[in-house]
Amino acid sequence: MITSSKRTPLTYLVHATVLFLVIIWTIPTAGLFISSIRDKNQLSTSGWWTALATSEQRLVARAHEPKKQVQEGNRFVIRGNLFEGSAGEITKFGSSSLRPDEFEVGTVAELNKGETLQVMENGDYAFSSPVEWKGSRGDRIFYTAEIPPRFTLENYREVLSAEGLGKSFINSLTVTIPATIIPILVAAFAAYALAWMRFPGRALLVAAVVGLLVVPLQMSLIPLLKSYNMIGEFFGVGSKTYVGIWLAHTGFGLPLAIYLLRNYIVGLPREIIESARVDGASDFDIFRKIVLPLSFPALASFAIFQFLWVWNDLLIAMVFLGNDADHMVLTGQLRELLGSRGGNWEILTASAFITIIIPLCVFFGLQRYLVRGLLAGSVK
Amino acid sequence: MGQLASALVTMILGVMGCAAYFYGSNFLLDKIFPTKSGAAAEVARNLRVANNIRPWLFLGPAVLLLTFYLFYPVIDSIRLSFYGRSGEDFVGLANYKWLFSSDEFYESFRNNMLWLIVVPTAATFFGLIIATMTDRIWWGNIAKSLIFMPMAISFVGASVIWKFIYDFRTGGEDQIGLLNALVVFFGGEPQTWLTIPIWNNFFLMVILIWIQTGFAMVILSAALRGIPDETIEAAVLDGANGFQIFYKIMVPQIWGTIAVVWTTITILVLKVFDIVLAMTNAQWGTQVLANQMFSWMFNGGGDFGRGAVIALVIMVLVIPIMVWNIRRANAEMEGR
Repeated sequence: MITSSKRTPLTYLVHATVLFLVIIWTIPTAGLFISSIRDKNQLSTSGWWTALATSEQRLVARAHEPKKQVQEGNRFVIRGNLFEGSAGEITKFGSSSLRPDEFEVGTVAELNKGETLQVMENGDYAFSSPVEWKGSRGDRIFYTAEIPPRFTLENYREVLSAEGLGKSFINSLTVTIPATIIPILVAAFAAYALAWMRFPGRALLVAAVVGLLVVPLQMSLIPLLKSYNMIGEFFGVGSKTYVGIWLAHTGFGLPLAIYLLRNYIVGLPREIIESARVDGASDFDIFRKIVLPLSFPALASFAIFQFLWVWNDLLIAMVFLGNDADHMVLTGQLRELLGSRGGNWEILTASAFITIIIPLCVFFGLQRYLVRGLLAGSVK
Repeated sequence: MGQLASALVTMILGVMGCAAYFYGSNFLLDKIFPTKSGAAAEVARNLRVANNIRPWLFLGPAVLLLTFYLFYPVIDSIRLSFYGRSGEDFVGLANYKWLFSSDEFYESFRNNMLWLIVVPTAATFFGLIIATMTDRIWWGNIAKSLIFMPMAISFVGASVIWKFIYDFRTGGEDQIGLLNALVVFFGGEPQTWLTIPIWNNFFLMVILIWIQTGFAMVILSAALRGIPDETIEAAVLDGANGFQIFYKIMVPQIWGTIAVVWTTITILVLKVFDIVLAMTNAQWGTQVLANQMFSWMFNGGGDFGRGAVIALVIMVLVIPIMVWNIRRANAEMEGR
């Protein structure tokens, strides 16, 4: 290659450009992850790149209800802390929403009817009145505070339970695992037959598989939806079942699976297979005992492809599994949230991270096989 | 927990059922036409019959599935494009007439063409640049891995990620979307990016480019490594500079691979639907064919005829690539 060991300005330029591109490519995901573990008040008021900085926030809290008042001398006092355990530093406070920063921290604010309110820097407050406090609810206190960065898993807890993402996670697994294994089995047998068995029509079948590789899914959706409805009616089981979506993913994944595996299996050494035949092994034995173990790299490549494709699929799940809460997969759920909770970034970021974490693990763990599969599928 | 258990049982049953077919059918074949014992003539006959049947046992499920899920639907879609909403009454060319007089179709067709021009070009271009540069630095593999990563993220997940970047806050609030924060930082006015006509399409395309560049990079990087060193050494000896080597020696040698990457991304672009659905729901002039087809399939009870006609447009756009692929594969088989 044209690698030069000299440190020329060009080399620095290459380093800098690559670094720049890597940053651009990773920042979106990084921002999502950082946002998902931020406190939701901070997330909605400041950019994620300020996550480590102290932020100034305008907040409101309710004082304790009047029944907690104590008599001190001739005054009735309600005491408490605005932060209730978490950290922060108050700079200003007020008692009306119109003037939330009316008073400096520490001052004793004179309210009407002789009532006073004092708020200290650490959040301690004291309402005081010459007559007994009445009513069932405490008064509101508006305050401006310097809140230190706060990281939390609260967002995740919320989306996993309240937003139904936990259930979708299991649904996604239920769809993905069989929809990955079944096509591998079906395609491996077919690929072996297309590679090593002699029968009329073989070349035509190979050409058909290559042709079907690029058929857009959209062409299949409407006829299949009709067929599914018919079959569902015939058996009296609804048209949207797990078996239905497994088979759909199998059907759509098969061309690539057969193509990849055939290309690999056809390249296995002829001598091994011929000598096994001479020894009286049937094709089934040869496939099971010789071809399958030898094809492991290709099988792994396709498995990763199919896994990522099925896990990340939205279209097939929406059409063949439906949108009811019981069957919703992660991608469908995420899209739903994007519509219904469009502004709640703490929910969206945490949900999105849950949907992408498994593919990311698969990706980083098995990248080698993924790359090999890509190369086999495209360069050849 | 109950759901998890039932999910596990369904999964195991599904996978076992599939495995049982292959074992069972082969077992039956061996039972009906025994080849291990018996008279020699009998064995020879059985062997021949079994050898004729076995390929179809192996291929059976695959052929059935391919026929049911891909081959038959393509034919049926063509038929349905001449039928009405429910797919039962023949309407002749009405769907086609509707299609070519519909403004929405022209909008989505125009957008699809923009996508087709921009996304494969940009992804291949960035992929090639990154592949070339990362091959020269010691941390190239880490860089590649990180740029490749978006490949693993679903289109919906990527849409959330980018919608967050394009987020817009009204009034004097701090912008929490990265793009608007940058714009404000450099003294500009924050924008609602996804509602700006025409340009919003490009903001959606960025997402797919972000995802697909890694794919292009991986393939092209392998192709670049396959270039014989001698050609480059010869060019260096002849005094060619870096850019000349890149454009005149390296690029021409991987032209075939570039074409493969380009077409692969092109096919993907034609099918793109999740991004538009999740980002803008086709509002503000961002409709594309695949999403339009999807909405005709379901909205207002669904119109199968019109949906099928739009699917057909996508299919027609794919056919040249399909023919090219088959010819390439055939040429390769003959070479074996």
